[in-house]
Amino acid sequence: MISALFFYLFASLCVASAFMVIASKNPVHAVLFLILAFVNASGLFILLGAEFLAMILVVVYVGAVAVLFLFVVMMLDVDFVELREGFLQYLPVGGLVGVIFLAELLLVLGAWVINPSMPQTITAPIPAADAISNTEALGLVLYTRYVYYFQAAGLVLLVAMIGAIVLTLRHKPQVKRQNISDQVARTKETAMEVVKVQPGQGLSQ
Amino acid sequence: MAELWTIYLWPLIVMVAQSVMLLVILLIAIAYILLADRKIWAAVQMRRGPNVVGPWGLLQSFADLLKFVLKEPVIPSGANKGVFVLAPLVSCVLALAAWAVIPVDDDWVIADINVGVLYIFAISSLSVYGIIMAGWASNSKYPFLAALRSAAQMVSYEVSIGFVIITVLLCVGSLNLTAIVEAQNGRYGLFSWFWLPLLPMFVIFFVSALAETNRPPFDLVEAESELVAGFMVEYGSTPYLLFMLGEYVAIATMCSLGAILFLGGWLPPVPYAPFTWVPGVIWFTLKALFMFFLFAMAKAIVPRYRYDQLMRLGWKVFLPISLAMVVIVAGVLQYGGLAPK
Amino acid sequence: MDVVDFNTLRPALPELLLAGGAMALLMLGAFRSSEGTATLVNWLAIALLLIAGAVILAMPPGTQTTFGGSFVVDGFARFLKLLALTGSATAIILSLDYNKVRKRQKFEYAVLILLSTTGMLMLISAADLIALYLGLELMSLSLYVLAAFDRDNARATEAGLKYFVLGALSSGMLLYGASLIYGFTGTVSFVGIAKAATAPSLGLIFGIVFLFAGFCFKISAVPFHMWTPDVYEGAPTPVTAFFASAPKVAAAAMFVRATMVSFPAITAQWQQIVVFVAIASMALGSFAAIGQTNIKRLMAYSSIGHMGFALVGLAAGSAEGVQGVLIYMAIYMSMTLGAFACILAMRQGDTFVENISDLSGLARTKPGMAFFLALLLFSLAGIPPLAGFFAKFYVFLAAIQSGLYALAVIGVLTSVVGAYYYLLIVKVMYFDEPSPGFERMPFALKAVLGVSGLFNLLFIVWPAPLINAASAAAKSLF
Repeated sequence: MISALFFYLFASLCVASAFMVIASKNPVHAVLFLILAFVNASGLFILLGAEFLAMILVVVYVGAVAVLFLFVVMMLDVDFVELREGFLQYLPVGGLVGVIFLAELLLVLGAWVINPSMPQTITAPIPAADAISNTEALGLVLYTRYVYYFQAAGLVLLVAMIGAIVLTLRHKPQVKRQNISDQVARTKETAMEVVKVQPGQGLSQ
Repeated sequence: MAELWTIYLWPLIVMVAQSVMLLVILLIAIAYILLADRKIWAAVQMRRGPNVVGPWGLLQSFADLLKFVLKEPVIPSGANKGVFVLAPLVSCVLALAAWAVIPVDDDWVIADINVGVLYIFAISSLSVYGIIMAGWASNSKYPFLAALRSAAQMVSYEVSIGFVIITVLLCVGSLNLTAIVEAQNGRYGLFSWFWLPLLPMFVIFFVSALAETNRPPFDLVEAESELVAGFMVEYGSTPYLLFMLGEYVAIATMCSLGAILFLGGWLPPVPYAPFTWVPGVIWFTLKALFMFFLFAMAKAIVPRYRYDQLMRLGWKVFLPISLAMVVIVAGVLQYGGLAPK
Repeated sequence: MDVVDFNTLRPALPELLLAGGAMALLMLGAFRSSEGTATLVNWLAIALLLIAGAVILAMPPGTQTTFGGSFVVDGFARFLKLLALTGSATAIILSLDYNKVRKRQKFEYAVLILLSTTGMLMLISAADLIALYLGLELMSLSLYVLAAFDRDNARATEAGLKYFVLGALSSGMLLYGASLIYGFTGTVSFVGIAKAATAPSLGLIFGIVFLFAGFCFKISAVPFHMWTPDVYEGAPTPVTAFFASAPKVAAAAMFVRATMVSFPAITAQWQQIVVFVAIASMALGSFAAIGQTNIKRLMAYSSIGHMGFALVGLAAGSAEGVQGVLIYMAIYMSMTLGAFACILAMRQGDTFVENISDLSGLARTKPGMAFFLALLLFSLAGIPPLAGFFAKFYVFLAAIQSGLYALAVIGVLTSVVGAYYYLLIVKVMYFDEPSPGFERMPFALKAVLGVSGLFNLLFIVWPAPLINAASAAAKSLF
């Protein structure tokens, strides 16, 4: 009963904040609502017994991705009113796409409900929740059965990083940089010069 | 009806009672930690520190509390009101929430969940929101700059804390905090705790924890010499109090986490007779306080880092070292036959 | 749990080699910042590609699978991997001179090509939808970056951005289709899908349509071709040459394998889509190219048309059809790389020109280059006895054998229309007044042009190795 109560709490908050993400006028508020939606989704994961996923969702999406979102939104000063100007104009097309996607999702879900043999075709059996903690269950397959996908995804991220650096990094020669090893390597001989100044002549250099 | 009582209500009451007890003890402890911080700082600078309210200044924190609570909260007219008020609450509540999973003694924990470390990590990664929200909602330049700084700083150091935690997890084979403490229970007492085999990680954890909690020398978020008071410029009275409270609770959390991960939690330093009679909670408190003493000394001794140095330390020093340590630890465990089952 | 059995990694050795090598070269480039680093990395990358090719050649015949069945190496994969490696290596060779003249030498160029090639090999070997998607993303993500590589050039940046946005959209569609297919069959493995998809169902067909939309985008077939001319024109020319060769091969491989292995039972359903796409691509490729003045845009439309021809083979849905596709891709790659070697030689002083009118009178200023370019254009048009004719011959033959007479007839008609614009260039080169000549052609370009020209010319003399290899490769899918 309590879990049902919490389910409705998390689910309704999640849906409500998801709605507010697109409905709020202020982009920063929208991102904050997005964060709330993530947190509620992670609550739903906990109710499902997927505590590892729940925590990772918070760490990765809320703790890192959404921070960057917020960062960008705050700095860019996006004007949502301006963005919304074409809203009515695009509504029919957007609505149509939305309806098509909804219909297809219903199709898929419908097939699972109508045809009970469908879930049986799933090849890998899911171990019972109480037999093994889900962190362990994930760890057991992630680096063995799915190591290929895991490493491939890693490569994709590497390319993304290289791409970001190649396309944006500029070496500005006039910028002074701190070089710690140079500083540490300085000795009295290289850093100082004792000059005898003749009275009344000053230094000529 | 009886069923409703035994299954739902009674556990609920027990849980709430436990939480309230923990919170009360924690908040009183925070009051004295704050005092200790100021006293240690003063002692290093050969001052007396707070010594007026109560004997030796012992009631100073409570006087401060009263002062802040009784003042009028001011909300700037240009501020984004909702977010402005929400920010200190977020800061404080999140910091307190982390304590739900911290075991202060064997079985003395409110929620002994499977993924305890991850939970603390997640909660501490959320704490950046309090600062960002405050900085943005204040609608003022200094707070905003502080918010941007803090976002970058905390996200950066979270990465190395994550890797430090991973090395500990490799040695334990579990994400449960109780299991992590149990894994350090060996014949050699304090020499079987993880601080010795994982010494570099302990150092990295300590420094990253300073950065994660915005403690000096990494307190660029409120750097008074350049940003006045950073994200807290526009805050006063109770909201300000909540920020301070959240900050110190987060520091206490990090100290406890350090005690659990590296200093054997509630285990006695010598696993023989007179020491084992002392309750575990005392050992735990002593270790957490030792960690806090280190925090306070760092604040008193080390000058503030410049921002680019901070970023350099996080990304160019700590990240490679901790990444390499994850690989080394995993390799030693695997090929040395030490891996936990 | 014991330590990894390294034998299971052996089928993926070329991929591991390329990925590891790319990372090593990245470190080399990052820590060695002297003048010649980019050139060194380029040559090392070419060496790596050749070694990977040698490893593939040394692999035992037959089918091997690894990583729990998500990675398969069969004759089909080996054939196409060799092709993709050749394309990538040639693309690096083609870029050497261009990047030096434009002062755009950066070691990341070769590294990105290597990573992209890794993605292609993974894509060619993918035996389930997840592996397919990951390979595709690895390949495309590198391509997006390469398209915008000349980052101070507004057109290149625009090309990169356009490619990225549309590519992301198409990836989304592909994923959506994949998720629908997974939902209706309960598995992501191609073999498993084939077992489950014995009868057409509405949801499955929706899934196939979305999946094909993603595929068509990647091979730039109509109606998902819009990005091609802009990206080809905007991207730096060596990158365009790369786009037109190896990634096309890999994308075609993915299209063929995913379709032939997963949906043999519902051929009638997907055949209609492929036939439509093939006809539309052939027609658009032929008609839209006529008005072009920029030779890179022209090559873009040409590639759209050629993809249409290749799809004719897939539409046949038979081993002969797949053989046709394989031969077509091999010959198309040789023709297009040769043509791009000529385009890269269109340099006046320090500027590279791209207009067809700049080629006028080439026969008098540079007779050798004009001859080879004319040869390749004839081959692209499909005029016997050059290789391009045989490429078309095999796909049309397969279509006729499968009873797709209308498709074959339309294909022949559009190739006649297409011949018009290829011959127009030949006319410009041989009969127009000479425009200012080009700089001396660098040796690397000459070598590529010579090899591809001779291949196209002499294919008729000794076609057996390619035909037999393609035939054996095609059979491994059935």
